[in-house]
Amino acid sequence: MELTVHVGSILFEYTGGRSELVVEGSDVAEALADLDRKYPGIRFRIVDERGAIRPHVRLFLDQSLVEDLGVRLRAGATLHVLGALSGG
Amino acid sequence: MAKKKQSTRRSKAAVGLVVGTTKGVFLLEASRSRRGWTQRAPALLGSKVFDARADPRRPEHMLATVSGGHLGPTVFRSTNRGRTWTEAKSPPRFGTSKSKKPTKRGGTRGHTVAVNFYLAPGHSDEEGTWYLGTAPQGLFRSEDGGDTWSEVEGWGHHPKWHSWTKGGADASPDGAFLHSIQVDPRDAKHLFVNLSMGGTFESLDAGASWSPLNAGVAMDFFPGEPPEFGHDPHSMVQHPGDPDRLYQQNHCGIYRLDRALGTTWRRIGERMPKSIGDIGFPMVPHPTDPERVWVFPMDGTELWPRTSKQGKPAVYATTNGGKRWQRLDAGFPERDAWWTVLRQAMCADDRARGTGLYLGTTSGEVWASRDEGQSFACIARHLPRVQSVRFVRWS
Repeated sequence: MELTVHVGSILFEYTGGRSELVVEGSDVAEALADLDRKYPGIRFRIVDERGAIRPHVRLFLDQSLVEDLGVRLRAGATLHVLGALSGG
Repeated sequence: MAKKKQSTRRSKAAVGLVVGTTKGVFLLEASRSRRGWTQRAPALLGSKVFDARADPRRPEHMLATVSGGHLGPTVFRSTNRGRTWTEAKSPPRFGTSKSKKPTKRGGTRGHTVAVNFYLAPGHSDEEGTWYLGTAPQGLFRSEDGGDTWSEVEGWGHHPKWHSWTKGGADASPDGAFLHSIQVDPRDAKHLFVNLSMGGTFESLDAGASWSPLNAGVAMDFFPGEPPEFGHDPHSMVQHPGDPDRLYQQNHCGIYRLDRALGTTWRRIGERMPKSIGDIGFPMVPHPTDPERVWVFPMDGTELWPRTSKQGKPAVYATTNGGKRWQRLDAGFPERDAWWTVLRQAMCADDRARGTGLYLGTTSGEVWASRDEGQSFACIARHLPRVQSVRFVRWS
């Protein structure tokens, strides 16, 4: 299933400055794996070695906060990868 | 993989200082005379850099540890003296556990690397080999110039790792770091690592097995006799002039250990002036003379302000293995300078005579001495907080 991913500027060094990307997968984990295939190294900055979303990153699938990478995707969905506001 | 272009300018400088800061890497360059330092545009701007250094075996090559901010920790490499930087293909990461959580027997498995903290080039015969210390207290090794990293499992999966590190607990104010990785210049298999809140550990078999090496070191924060481990080394060096001579700046004083004579550290900081004390972070060896080291004392009284003592910065030097200490403060502010110098932020160069001494401050300055600390001059200011200063010779 095709998914649109929006990333913030903190990840532009991986995407060549592109904020809107297209990946494939049936759940968020697969989408991130495909993102990493297309932009090597990007997944490890978002998700740690345990598979946990890093403390200062937030993923939103459309309007919903993603807390489990196993969340299934639906056609036409958009995944937002955000640097979570923390500190001043 | 992230790539960053910093500058196309080729440098003809003979020597440099690689300065790691909370906002990126700054390269200072000079001619062979070590005068007229110039500052290059920042690299990795916006990244929190705990350590950055050139490879003494291939000095055009550099590594920088990047941590903090929103994204996870990683490593950047340059193979052209800092003109361009590329992210490591496989940065340090711990193994996973079945439960996805740390266990008492699992060592580092199930933990997450929070900080890539300390870089050490491997043995001179092992080109491309590097070691890296993390928080929690992991030890990683690269054999390809820092592009891919593997955990030294003899350390991280050691059955006592959980005890030695208190389960990787963040027990010290700035993090549970593994630091001061030392590779014996006579034997690539002989290693030392040091843990904040853990102590000094030694391996004779390239990291396959480890033993604590803390006898004689005080633990003022611990009631009763100090145990075998749990100490708090701030910096430890194997002296390049005599690898059997170890020096340590500890949370509880300055120590020396003549390894050929035994395994018990001897406190040499008691010869420091009582008004200054013997608490600090850096420990810098002279390049050839094992009787000589430099330290930078800080205020370790009561609430531990961790500033220069009385707001009057000074380096202290010994030329006789710690029997006497000399205050060196010419050129530094004479008062109201409340900065200090962090663990990796002070170094010497490679000249046996007229040794250069360099230090970066928590207030973003870099100071240099061309006369072994007899006088200092500020060679860079208005930088972010300096976390590491490493000397490099290109020609």
